[in-house]
This record gives sequence, C-alpha cells and structure tokens, in this order.
Amino acid sequence: MKKIFSKKQKAPKKPLTIEQKISRRNFLSFGTFIVAGSVAYGGWKWLYNSPEEARTVTAGARAPLRRALNKTELAFRRVFSNNNLVKTYPKEMAAKNVRHNSDIGSEGKIDIDAWKLQVKKHSGEVLQISLDDIKALPKTDIVYDFKCVEGWDQISHWGGVKFIDFINHYKLDAETQLQYVGLATPDEEYYVGIDMPSAMHPQTLLAYEVNEGPLPPKHGAPLRLIIPVKYGIKNLKRIGTISFSDNRPPDYWAEQGYDYYSGL
Amino acid sequence: MLIYWANDEYRITLFGHTFFSFFPDWFYNALHIPHRLSEGMAFHFLFMWFFTLNGIFYVLYTILSGEWRELLPQKKSFKEAWLVLLHDLHIRKMAPPQNKYNAAQRIAYTAIIVMGIGSVITGLAIYKPVQFYYLTWLCGGYHFARILHFALTIGYVLFFVIHVVQVMLAGWNNFCSVISGFEVVNEVPKPIIDITPPPPSDEKNIQ
Repeated sequence: MKKIFSKKQKAPKKPLTIEQKISRRNFLSFGTFIVAGSVAYGGWKWLYNSPEEARTVTAGARAPLRRALNKTELAFRRVFSNNNLVKTYPKEMAAKNVRHNSDIGSEGKIDIDAWKLQVKKHSGEVLQISLDDIKALPKTDIVYDFKCVEGWDQISHWGGVKFIDFINHYKLDAETQLQYVGLATPDEEYYVGIDMPSAMHPQTLLAYEVNEGPLPPKHGAPLRLIIPVKYGIKNLKRIGTISFSDNRPPDYWAEQGYDYYSGL
Repeated sequence: MLIYWANDEYRITLFGHTFFSFFPDWFYNALHIPHRLSEGMAFHFLFMWFFTLNGIFYVLYTILSGEWRELLPQKKSFKEAWLVLLHDLHIRKMAPPQNKYNAAQRIAYTAIIVMGIGSVITGLAIYKPVQFYYLTWLCGGYHFARILHFALTIGYVLFFVIHVVQVMLAGWNNFCSVISGFEVVNEVPKPIIDITPPPPSDEKNIQ
C-alpha cells in the first residue's frame, strides 16, 4: 500500500478554491438546515402523537405535556408568596348577578340544617362542624376579580371565615404540616386538591355569603371554597369534607387534562 | 371586551355591527381545535419556555456576534422604510441603498424582538396576575394585558405571512442565502474604457 495518505508525507494543504469554499459552506449550512428542520418536525410529531399519561391523580394530557406542566408548577411555586395579595375592589364594583358556570357535585337542594362539614384529621378523628359553628368564627369579606380558566373573570363579593382562622380555631396546625388539602362535595362528584401554601394564603376563605347574603344553591350553599390565588375550577362549591395529605388529593379537572396547580 | 375563546366573546364590533369574531367556526374546523382548552393550555405552557429561551439565545447571539449592527434601525431607517414599501409595492422604481438588510427589514426584525419581550411580559401578567401583580399593573391591568397578548399573537401571524410571501417573491437564490449566509453573483466586469478587447486571462471572474 502506498503511504501517500500517511501524515508524514502529506504535502502542505492546498488552499481551497473559491468553488470548493462555496460548495463546502453550502454543504455545511444546508446539511445543518435539513437536520435541524427534520429534528424540529420529528420532535413536533413525536410530541403530538405521544401517548396519554397513565391515569394517576392527573389524567387526560399527553405524557410529556403533563411532565412539563408539573415542572412548570415547581418553577412557579418558587415565586409564590403569601405577601403577594390578590387585588381587591370596593364592594360597589362587585357584580350583582354573579356568574354561575357549573353544578357538578352541587346539583339540587341541600338540607342546610342537616349539613355538617367533615374535617378528617391526620389521626383518623373526624370533626363534624355545623354552619353555625363556622359562622361564629370571625368573618372576613373579600371583593376581588374571580378568574375562570376559560377566560372570563368577574369582580365578586364573598364573605366567610379565613381558612387560616379556621385552621387555628380547630387546632389543625399538625395537619398544615402536610403538603396538600383535599376538598370534596358531599356526593364526592366534585373534588379538588390544593397545595398547602395556597390554602394558607391570607385571602383563602371558607365562604358562606355572596353579596352579603347567604349563598344560594347554585353558588355552593351552604359553604364553598373561595381561593383567589387559584382559577375558578379550584373554588369548590358545597364542601362536604376537608382532608389533609402529603400526596396530591384527587382533582376533578386535573383528571381531564388541566394543570393540577392552576395557580394565579 | 374580553377574550373568552371557549365562547368566542372576543370580537371587533363597531356601532353595534360585528365585523369579525375571534374566531369564526371555519377557523376551528380547519385546525380541528374546538373544545380542546386543556390541551391547548398544556402545549402553551411547554412552548412558552421554548420560545422564551429561543428569544434569549437569539438576542445574545446578535449581541455577541455584532449582528445587531445590521438589525437595529438607524435614524434614516424610518424614513427609508416607506421608500422600501413603495418599491416592494411596485409604486417606486428605486429602493434606497442598503447593507445586509433594508430599512423595512431592520424595523421589522427589531420590532419582532420587542414584540417577543412584550409577549413574555403580558403572558406572565395573565398567567400569574397575583405573583407578578407589578407586571399586570405595568400592562394596564389583567384585561388590557390579555388584549395586548392577543394582539401580539395576531401580529406574529401577520409577520409570518408577510415574511413567507417576501421570501417567495425574493426567489430561490435569496432563500439559499438565508441558509448559507452568502449569495454567489457571477459578474463579468465591464471595462471602463473600451479600447481593446481585454487580454485573455486564466482567472475566473467569481466575486
């Protein structure tokens, strides 16, 4: 074999001709363009055709998109602060006709006298709390812009007990060391999970009034959650049970492809 | 006005007559997207990262490479951009002299960066109006931030359409130069004074 290709005998490199330079650069740039374009197109196809996530506490989204939602939640949780308060308005600005979107879990009438809020403590003990007990606690009003994940929003006026006051009164401090609060309607048709920092936000209410009158059935009589740091889907109507957990409690809309966090 | 794309409440209405509603049924049908809000949001919250990072890397590149000098509008660009527009519309014969990009391109390519920054800011103002309340305030409130965010998106669509049409009009060689960064022009230099035929030369005239 000739040694012509060995390094030793290689002649000094000839400078490339202009044609060679042109074709070389074209080869590199068009090659890069085609590879990058194919990767982008293939990546999109992969994402679009990716399988739906395995059904856990969340469901209904493509698996990679659910991972992205959960990672995004972690990133934005870092900027959450109880010092960031929801903007409030004078009560004259509150809508007289409060928008009503859905009745899942709160259809029909409810016997308010027979109703009891069940609080499931970590020890297994279940507190049974009547509406009068709750009304005996200090009342807080809030007039704020209620925001729906579908895009509409409305300034509305709610009254009730601050969740944090409720926790303190019933000495649930041990429970608040856990990471999540779960709420469900009495029939368990609708249920939400709330991360503890959002639940303990000073503007989170267990509300029994709208526009200074008792909640009508369509707005979640006798007691509903008003959590201004979340979209409307988390503001559960007609609370039946409250529980605490270190795992994400089931969440109605997170099972239908929505972000579990849904925080504002 | 309100953007409620589950119910199409966002529309252009003047004197009680609706000229256009965002979006008409044919739009949803063509793209097969009715009633897929959760899906759309999931895509949105992944691609926001991608677009934002892409924008940051692009701006860093233009700064570090010095390309920004070709892209930022100059004082004369705003005046010249009209002449470029008139030229592109075949109303004027001559276009103003340019470097890599003409005056209209300089404005467009810088505006798109400003728009991108605007989309990130208005997007965060809508996405986390409580945590980023100062951004929401800066954008003129939740509603106005939504309108801006939406208007910017329509702006990208217009930019995209005009851009693609311009690339098609500019032809294949121009498209190749977009990718390779150069365009080959073969010019036979004309003698300034035509006395005798030029002496034969071995060199090829490639410039």
